[in-house]
Amino acid sequence: MSEIPEKSFRFNQKHLLGLYHYSEEDIRYVLEQTKTFREVLERPVPKIPTLRDTTIVNLFYENSTRTRLSFELAQKRMGADVVNFSASTSSTRKGESLKDTIRNISSMKIDMVVVRHQSPGTPHFLTRCVDATIINAGDGAHEHPTQALLDMFTIQQIHPDLKGKKVAIIGDISHSRVVRSNIIGLKKLGAEVAVCGPKTLMPAFVDHLGVEVSYNLEEVLAWCDMAMALRIQLERIGAVTDLFPSLREYHELFGIKMHHLEKYPDFKVMHPGPINRGVEIESAVADSGRTVILDQVTNGLAVRMAILYLLSGGTRI
Amino acid sequence: MTETDLNRTYMRFAHQFLEPYDSPDTPAIIGMQTRGVYIGKRIHSIIFDHLGIQPDFGVLDVTFYRDDFRSKLKIPEVKVTEIPFDLYNRDIILVDDVLYTGRTVRSAMDALMSYGRPRSIKFCCMIDRGHRELPVRADYTGMFVPTHSDEEVMVKVKELDDEDAVYVVKGRGADV
Repeated sequence: MSEIPEKSFRFNQKHLLGLYHYSEEDIRYVLEQTKTFREVLERPVPKIPTLRDTTIVNLFYENSTRTRLSFELAQKRMGADVVNFSASTSSTRKGESLKDTIRNISSMKIDMVVVRHQSPGTPHFLTRCVDATIINAGDGAHEHPTQALLDMFTIQQIHPDLKGKKVAIIGDISHSRVVRSNIIGLKKLGAEVAVCGPKTLMPAFVDHLGVEVSYNLEEVLAWCDMAMALRIQLERIGAVTDLFPSLREYHELFGIKMHHLEKYPDFKVMHPGPINRGVEIESAVADSGRTVILDQVTNGLAVRMAILYLLSGGTRI
Repeated sequence: MTETDLNRTYMRFAHQFLEPYDSPDTPAIIGMQTRGVYIGKRIHSIIFDHLGIQPDFGVLDVTFYRDDFRSKLKIPEVKVTEIPFDLYNRDIILVDDVLYTGRTVRSAMDALMSYGRPRSIKFCCMIDRGHRELPVRADYTGMFVPTHSDEEVMVKVKELDDEDAVYVVKGRGADV
């Protein structure tokens, strides 16, 4: 009897805490499955009933537009029941701790929790409090795995094989969780990564990340296939002037401008959003055909659907 | 069933598919992943070779619509769905290899509806093995094979299995 050869790989993750915990095969599998969800989104009725028996709570302790909308839309497109929680309008204000909040929510029989929190490690902590599947939607400056997955998916649409591809990440490296997840994921898939930004925004441990470090924008733009500009996170940096003299000067030195696009015609510009026009990238760059920023948003929806699908299905052993 | 039997059946399907329709108002054929796609393609090419008509052809994966997706051990891998034409007001013929409980067909009908509102859906299977759990029947059947539920029916196609044949296997994993 000749059965179809069973692939030895089996996706067997319960949570998505960070890409650190995912193997190269896991990541490739998620990206492969994402293609199907891209197709679902193109349908006349872009709705599938796969999660109709699943209840998901979106636990957002920190502000978010894109990620939160994207997760909620992904959940609704798959027919899940969704409850939203935001710290500012909840009993957190009355002093309830995270642990008690999650225990209470979990008593209402929740299957999955999507969490964003300002403290690194919150998702790990939650896995010890409840049985539900935990998905990290950003924890402090630690990881933001779904963002990295959607970035990798977007790069793959242009360069199907990431091996040897050169990705430059420009901006605030030290406060960014996007950069950390991206470095971990991209390196697992064999891409080369360089980071670039003002010295004051480079973390002390930058040498341990295993990436090229540059302080010269022209240099990395000449080198890279994809340039990912990061948002200057004013809310995390605090008083801007502590770390660099002015936003204007930052733009002069590290903002991607039209003349860069003309000088180096090959690279494409990515940005995780929200864009500060005239800071990380010049306004005209954002509107030029060289960016894939809106693709990133659509892909984000598909990636999140794929993650929800993969983490909800099957019986784990 | 051997290759010769199957070829005869493919030929019969090709004619049956078109019988009720005046060309060029031909029905569209949609093969269900995985074996149904190849069976559908085979019928499609016979129709083209003998009659010069090229009906629309699509591929459907019903994983998202299954009702047993959480009770299986392994997370089912999602395969491609590709329907490159508008389903609205079309006559659709769904093609699959084995009709068993009827649950796959139910999910397939659900899935099709999310692409538009077809005028009609017909169902064609190579083997009907009985044991229905839902009120579903096939419009075109290759062969009716009464089976026990501990048996397995395997439809083989050249493209994947290097042979055209149908086997009924006793128990899981037994030798043919």
